[in-house]
Amino acid sequence: MKARIAHIASNTFREAVRDRVLYNLIAFALLLSGAAVLVGQISIEIEKLVVINLGLTAVSLFGVVIAIFIGIGLVSKEIEKRTLYTVLSRPVRRWEFIVGKFFGLAGTLVVNTFFMAIGVFAAFFYVSRTFARAHSLIFGALYFIVLEFLIICSLALLFSSFSSPLLSAVFAFSLFVIGSFAEDLRNFAGMAHGVSRWFATAAAYLVPNFSAFNVITSIAHEQPVARQLILQNTLYALFYATMALSGAVLIFEHRDLK
Amino acid sequence: MSGAHPPLYCRPLLHIIFLQAKDALDLVPSMPAIEILGLEKTYSVGFWRKRPKRALHPLTLNVEDGEIFGFLGPNGAGKTTTLKLLMGLVFPTAGSARILGRDWTDASVKAQIGFLPEQPYFYDYLTAHELLEYYGQLSGVPAKQRKQRVEQVLHQVGLRDVQGVQLRKFSKGMLQRVGIGQAILHDPKLVFFDEPMSGLDPMGRREVRDLMEQLKHEGKTVFFSTHILSDAEALCDRVAIIHKGELRGVGAVEDLTSSVQGKVEVIWQGTQIPAAIKALGAECHVSGDRVRAIITENQQDAVIDSLRRDRYRLIAVTPVRTSLEAYFVEKLQRAETVAGRAI
Amino acid sequence: MKYRRKITWVAGVCLLLSLTASSLVLHHIDHLRPQATLDEVLFISSPTVIKRASLGYDGLMACIYWTRAVQYFGSRHHYSASSYNLLAPLLEITTHLDPHLLVAYEFGTSFLAPKPPFGAGQPERAIALMQYGILNNPDNWRLYYDLGFVYYMELKDYRNAAETFERGSHVHNAHPFLKILAAQMAQHAGEYQTARMLWSATYQTTQDEYIKRNALRHLRALRVDEDVQRLQEGVTRFGERTGRLPSSMSELLAAEGIAATPTDPDGHPYKMAPEGRIEVRVPDDFPFATKGLPPGYKPKYQDL
Repeated sequence: MKARIAHIASNTFREAVRDRVLYNLIAFALLLSGAAVLVGQISIEIEKLVVINLGLTAVSLFGVVIAIFIGIGLVSKEIEKRTLYTVLSRPVRRWEFIVGKFFGLAGTLVVNTFFMAIGVFAAFFYVSRTFARAHSLIFGALYFIVLEFLIICSLALLFSSFSSPLLSAVFAFSLFVIGSFAEDLRNFAGMAHGVSRWFATAAAYLVPNFSAFNVITSIAHEQPVARQLILQNTLYALFYATMALSGAVLIFEHRDLK
Repeated sequence: MSGAHPPLYCRPLLHIIFLQAKDALDLVPSMPAIEILGLEKTYSVGFWRKRPKRALHPLTLNVEDGEIFGFLGPNGAGKTTTLKLLMGLVFPTAGSARILGRDWTDASVKAQIGFLPEQPYFYDYLTAHELLEYYGQLSGVPAKQRKQRVEQVLHQVGLRDVQGVQLRKFSKGMLQRVGIGQAILHDPKLVFFDEPMSGLDPMGRREVRDLMEQLKHEGKTVFFSTHILSDAEALCDRVAIIHKGELRGVGAVEDLTSSVQGKVEVIWQGTQIPAAIKALGAECHVSGDRVRAIITENQQDAVIDSLRRDRYRLIAVTPVRTSLEAYFVEKLQRAETVAGRAI
Repeated sequence: MKYRRKITWVAGVCLLLSLTASSLVLHHIDHLRPQATLDEVLFISSPTVIKRASLGYDGLMACIYWTRAVQYFGSRHHYSASSYNLLAPLLEITTHLDPHLLVAYEFGTSFLAPKPPFGAGQPERAIALMQYGILNNPDNWRLYYDLGFVYYMELKDYRNAAETFERGSHVHNAHPFLKILAAQMAQHAGEYQTARMLWSATYQTTQDEYIKRNALRHLRALRVDEDVQRLQEGVTRFGERTGRLPSSMSELLAAEGIAATPTDPDGHPYKMAPEGRIEVRVPDDFPFATKGLPPGYKPKYQDL
């Protein structure tokens, strides 16, 4: 069972690589190095700020876009193109397929983030010429970004298991945007009354809370990340991804594959 | 059997033993490779899912071990639906099936079967070699054996020279061959093909036919669906005919075709079709100074007498080999008229 | 079929469990970061930057920041807060994103200008906010009213208040009391009557619940202040006449010729402390009262 999941995962990774998705790294590298050089010349005391903010935001956004665009095709494209039929005629269980795809996509993103991180550190080193202890906070931000990716992957897979690629992309992206404002949504819910308050609160808790993962601004100002927050965020990401994947498995197990 | 003959008194003994053994073997029937028991599928179509569409009426069918079984029917008859049900890609509204003696939803069955879907498409970023490797991994073929098998299968389907080429560059025929390759890679006992000849040129079709014969030779059971009757006639031991989701006939090819009335082709010299013959409803064709008519067997005597009376010169009288197509058409036409009368 | 059912159960249970777990963890996270949404405001308090970052979705962002401003003030108002230094930037950002969000200006009047713990204690920023509002909404008389209000209440700048009310009274559809207030400013600026007029005007014309409640509290406090002052003056007069303090409330009332015992807006009669001090019975019910409070009394904070 584990071997099959591993094989599906590695095949998904191979697909991403061959799909030239990782070429985005080139675009990223160009963007970041251009920014670093530009800022290095202007030198108005905020170079480090710009590099960190721009770099990490780019890592986050690029990753989210890739996660959504690959993720939505993971299942729905396979059904459309009917590659899935021969795979499922193997002794592969449907849920193994979903889980394998998830790990493949997550793995792709982790590798992608790794290379991007190198780029960020390089750019940062270029503008600051030193490496203080506080700058290791960037690792914390990157870790949180990877946690974000896990959630997005699981959501993309969830939508992909029952709707077309286009709709899945729309849903996943909408949830990303709403999730970034999840705390405000909970505020809104807190001010509502009666039945709608109940619904709004439920919605606010169902939506993935991305704002807690966004520590880019604070680490840019060298504010440390609370250890408790690291733990809680990890737990949250794990639980949320499990939830979305369970949903994907449930849907996929009961679908007729036309 | 040259050499020593058994002593005279042994012969009757051996004969008795032989007969007993044969009886014993007959008492233990070989298990059918596929047993379909009342499998049925109804889709709910429409925005509010109100209109039920019956893709497959309850189907009961057996496929024996070691035979090539053809599943015939026009497009949209329910062939692909049946295959998808058996593969577990679609869930039945009612009924069940047993494959190789086990429940069809049993995952261990999958290790023993291979499937080639209609107009297959494979991960086009992989090469043929990688694809077969991947499928081998998923089927749980152990690594050492896998390497060997992949080589073997690539050779068998004739793709050894292009094994390093990405599938996105493959032609339709080549894709079909890769498809067959992945279906037989893990040496399954039972193979399902959905329209295996579709889109192939005559050479390709010949190759696929040869391959299927070879599979049978290796002792595998082949279940394939097609709407090309000539292929079925050439290959199959038994066929089933399905139309609009209902089974219309099952049996050996000869048995089915013999039930259809034979036809006779009569050629005589002339330039016109005599009224008497036209009245019989025969297919007639005039070319040059010859007339060709296809009549049924029992009309033969009447036609020949009529021609003789009118002093036509007979050139040839040839029985036309009844084909599966004739059976097919007649069966379906009868079904249509029955349905028409019922309305 | 059996396997499929098993998987369905497992996946279903997994779904429910992880749903509950993630909600619980989320709750925890919220507690860890009570000021979460305001982090950016701490670092980027420039309205222009935020406007650019909104990518054109200004209206929505204005609503979001407005909600944050209310939440910020409301939640801090609970605990003994000595400063609300993010309120001004939040309101500035909100109005910069949507200059026509009038309720934000009203909020600024009521809660930016007053001193802590009732407000941020930044009347100059409130004035700047109002002026920005007037610039962008020149046909809105209420903004003139709000600005004049701040001049009067917090800065005691009666001249500017009068001028603002006067300017506002010329606006199309202006409420008639603007003209009256302008006149009042000139002569009776420091009187209770004027203050009462202003708070009544606010109470009657606002749509916002918080501001309405705030205005009501001020009106009640005014009443208390007025009553206590009147009674206290009576005590002084008594002292001047008789050379001693009245021994009880009834003695005072008899001397003043007041038939019925005066009561506070809640109906409780005022009491007299032994030193001749008039006090209100339940000071906690009148958060803005400045008179009639027992010595050493510390006001309790009321929620918004």
